[in-house]
Amino acid sequence: MGVTLLAANRLGEWELPLFVHVLGAMVLVGALVLAVVYLVPAWRGGSLEGATSGFRVLLYAALPSFIVMRVAAEWVADKEGYSDLPDDAIPDWIGIGYIISDASGLFLIISLVIGGFALRRARRDGGMGSASTRLATVLVSIMLVAYLVAIWAMTTKPG
Amino acid sequence: MEYVLLFHVLFAFCLVGTVVMYTAFALGGPATKQALFVGDRLWDVGGLGTLVLGIWLALDDYSLFDAWILIALGLWLVATFQGMQARFAYQPELAEGPGPPRATMFSPTTFHWLRTVAILLLLLDMIFKPWA
Repeated sequence: MGVTLLAANRLGEWELPLFVHVLGAMVLVGALVLAVVYLVPAWRGGSLEGATSGFRVLLYAALPSFIVMRVAAEWVADKEGYSDLPDDAIPDWIGIGYIISDASGLFLIISLVIGGFALRRARRDGGMGSASTRLATVLVSIMLVAYLVAIWAMTTKPG
Repeated sequence: MEYVLLFHVLFAFCLVGTVVMYTAFALGGPATKQALFVGDRLWDVGGLGTLVLGIWLALDDYSLFDAWILIALGLWLVATFQGMQARFAYQPELAEGPGPPRATMFSPTTFHWLRTVAILLLLLDMIFKPWA
């Protein structure tokens, strides 16, 4: 119900982009949680199946939802007129959102590249290296913490 | 109130997190013990949290009898029921103890997809606030 407050006092035309943005963000966070749930046991036990599932979730759920969330964020910013503002006039909470989404996008791509190479090597050699799984798990965990900060910024709107 | 809103939104993220996890299971991802545990706990915490804080926010800014709030409460009940059925379908031992699983006319994924639709409608209702 509180999400409604995010949309409070907004014109009808902003509701659709806001819905797409929030839905993309929610699916993205859920996908990251699931990836960690699969990757942590894979890191500890060297399970190829767990690592494969974790990287698949990143590829097929986290990446598309990240793109949806990010594109819809631009859509919302455009509708609200933030896109036309000079950099120093952009509210802090939007700046926080941009920094976190850009950095997490980079982390996501790095995790996917690491995972792709690790899985390829694992299929060839018959074992999953724990270093790549560990690194991907750490990156995804950092992204989750960053998104908690982003959710705080989007709802409390500091600055 | 902004921190009530923050936690309300975080709890909503938990609910969608469960939906994402069960969607992965429905599409063939491994429903491991850890994944089911995390998914179910997110649902428990998210369900209770969104309801309690949602009513708190509604009492503060709106009326509990606004159409979109009544719709939200109805959808929350539907999603909770379907969520319980999906949980029991994936973990029959939770519903009836040890023994062979109970026969059901619906597959586990049916309950999950019904819950997914309810959660999607809930989010639409939250943002579009029909008849507000």
